[in-house]
Amino acid sequence: MNPILLAVLVLGSIALIAAIVLFVCSKKFAVFEDPRIAQVNELLPGANCGGCGFAGCGAMAEALVKGADKGSIEGMNCPVGGSDVMGQVANVLGLAVANGDPQVAVIRCNGTCENRPKVAEYVGLHTCAAMHACGAGETACGYGCLGCGDCVAACQFDAISMNTETGLPEVNDDKCVACGACVKACPRHIIELRKKGPKNRRIFVSCVNKDKGAVSMKACKAACIGCGKCAKECQFEAITVENNLSYIDYTKCRLCRKCVAACPTKAIHAINFPAPKPVEGKEEQA
Amino acid sequence: MKIRTFRIGGIHPEENKLTHEVATQVAPLPKQAIFPLSQHIGAPAKPVVQKGDKVKVGTLIAEAGGFVSAPIYSSVSGTVLKVDTAIDATGYRKPAIYITVEGDEWEESIDRSEQLELVKDHPELTSEEIIERIKVAGVTGMGGAGFPTFIKLSPPPTAKAECVIINAVECEPYITADYRLMMEKSDEILVGLELLMKAAKVTRGYIGIETNKPKAIELLTGKCRDVFDGSDYCVEVVPLKQRYPQGGEKQLVDAVIRRQVPAPPAIPVSVGAIVQNVGTTYAVYEAVMKHKPLFERYTTVTGKLLSKPGNFLVRMGTPMQEMIDLCGGMPEGENKLLAGGPMMGKALTSTEVPVCKGTNSVTILSGSDAKRKEAQPCIRCAKCVSACPMGLEPYLLAKLSSFKDWERAEQEDIVSCIECGSCQFTCPAHRPLLDNIRMGKSTVMGIIKSRAK
Repeated sequence: MNPILLAVLVLGSIALIAAIVLFVCSKKFAVFEDPRIAQVNELLPGANCGGCGFAGCGAMAEALVKGADKGSIEGMNCPVGGSDVMGQVANVLGLAVANGDPQVAVIRCNGTCENRPKVAEYVGLHTCAAMHACGAGETACGYGCLGCGDCVAACQFDAISMNTETGLPEVNDDKCVACGACVKACPRHIIELRKKGPKNRRIFVSCVNKDKGAVSMKACKAACIGCGKCAKECQFEAITVENNLSYIDYTKCRLCRKCVAACPTKAIHAINFPAPKPVEGKEEQA
Repeated sequence: MKIRTFRIGGIHPEENKLTHEVATQVAPLPKQAIFPLSQHIGAPAKPVVQKGDKVKVGTLIAEAGGFVSAPIYSSVSGTVLKVDTAIDATGYRKPAIYITVEGDEWEESIDRSEQLELVKDHPELTSEEIIERIKVAGVTGMGGAGFPTFIKLSPPPTAKAECVIINAVECEPYITADYRLMMEKSDEILVGLELLMKAAKVTRGYIGIETNKPKAIELLTGKCRDVFDGSDYCVEVVPLKQRYPQGGEKQLVDAVIRRQVPAPPAIPVSVGAIVQNVGTTYAVYEAVMKHKPLFERYTTVTGKLLSKPGNFLVRMGTPMQEMIDLCGGMPEGENKLLAGGPMMGKALTSTEVPVCKGTNSVTILSGSDAKRKEAQPCIRCAKCVSACPMGLEPYLLAKLSSFKDWERAEQEDIVSCIECGSCQFTCPAHRPLLDNIRMGKSTVMGIIKSRAK
């Protein structure tokens, strides 16, 4: 027989047998993967930042589909993609859009070099965690920003930078995806994820000092002294004062800015508002 | 005879015992005394006084807040000004009791006579009675860490105490308070040791002293012979070669009885030893024999630029500023204020921090001593490995901590670190080894704790 023909025959029959085996196996041992997982994964931004609380975008996609099977994906949110992506995901999964407000990291310390004078010099390892572990830091405030930039190092989106003039970190609203990495990195728990607010307008107490008024005032000119004037001023019961510290609940705040005017130490910050106008009539805006 | 020391690692920093031969002075009463509620390891004490209450010297002002805790007594007589917060040695504001000092009136129960009480004259003192009196008097370890003494004397059922070791090493540079105490109160210390041995139901005692204190070795050896020869107790003064951190419990146990304490959770009593500081021993004597709770202590105030450094018998709650003023005031320029010695002491940011149960020294470092040199890359010389008294690899632990590789750090036994600082002291590249390790250690300990839950 022609050797060429023989080779073709032998190889052809081997190929045929292999093809049959493969076909049978693929039918018999098929693992069903929900096609929606791949679809959802496609929609997610692929940053793998872990901001959603899962190991990465793949794990999040799986969890979303699993959640959808149970009927709800409430509480799950992709901080990077925000409501856009979550809306698309909800569409794919055939659920109503669970609309979470976009959030942003807020630095709650106003201890600039000017407001909060140094009382000591720290010469150890230059990280906030190390400084926090060995004492109160370089200023008399045992609660405020240490200024070594652990949050800057933790941010994967280049959204936090250190302002050399104030010695405090600053968040870039556009870049911040509210993944919460900085919140975890800060040993002083200064950073909080808060509602981004309409047109990025938001109001917050820029201080976490729980000392009594006189003590915190001595350490920092712009500290919250827990006087409670803001709470009295607030008509929406958004402000609570606990342990000499005021806190604004952003779910209740209507951005009227009355508390900002009432604060004697200017510890309450209102940002991205237009230049001061008469305060009356602001409530409707929210 | 070869002089003993511990077997692994260790360094020998410059001693600078400036106040060795300066006799102890009684420090004047402060105008206001501040009593932080956590002066010991364990739960903070709970205040039992209120604003406006009158207290005497030795009045209970805060009771133990849990099993591992200790009560706090007033060291002054006067009026409670407020129960508020005060900066303590950690640098943070913690709850504290403020007392305005008026006169110096003592509780009547305290025996203020100088007469030496002997154990043989007090048959009522059983082991339990001694431990109870120590507990009530709020005695805690006075070498720095501040572990409640009564707990050390009642070992867990799995361990059996065989001997009591008195830690009179004082291996930290600058500090001389324990040395002065030994020279001035040796009889009381030996009675204290007998009480400790009786409480722990052992008959062997050791007093470990470094050879840079020859007078103390001679004095105590002689007195031990007089007191314990012919008694049931066998007490030996052990001269030890100068080596830091010999005053660490585990190092001292190794140096004196040649036994290695295993890694945590093992404690010295797991190998049969109960270690107590000299200051604690003296406090035990006063607590048991004189009914005097722990409210004053021997403290060294020292620094190369201080005009009159000295040793003081000081009432607790005295702000450090007043102690520094007694020694001629804070030197000009930049200084580093430490509660404790230069190796293990805690740097403070305020001079208003009060002297507490564990404040064995107030050290002021000035000029280049107070500064760190700039860190350079590791040159792999392994000096830190040779210096580590726990046999760890500091360069590795520091690296793992900075990489946040907690799992590896735990495998490499980071929790065994005693934070003595020998690695950082010895590093020719001035790397912040201990800063990193300390951070890693606290994180890993947190992880282990949460895993146990």
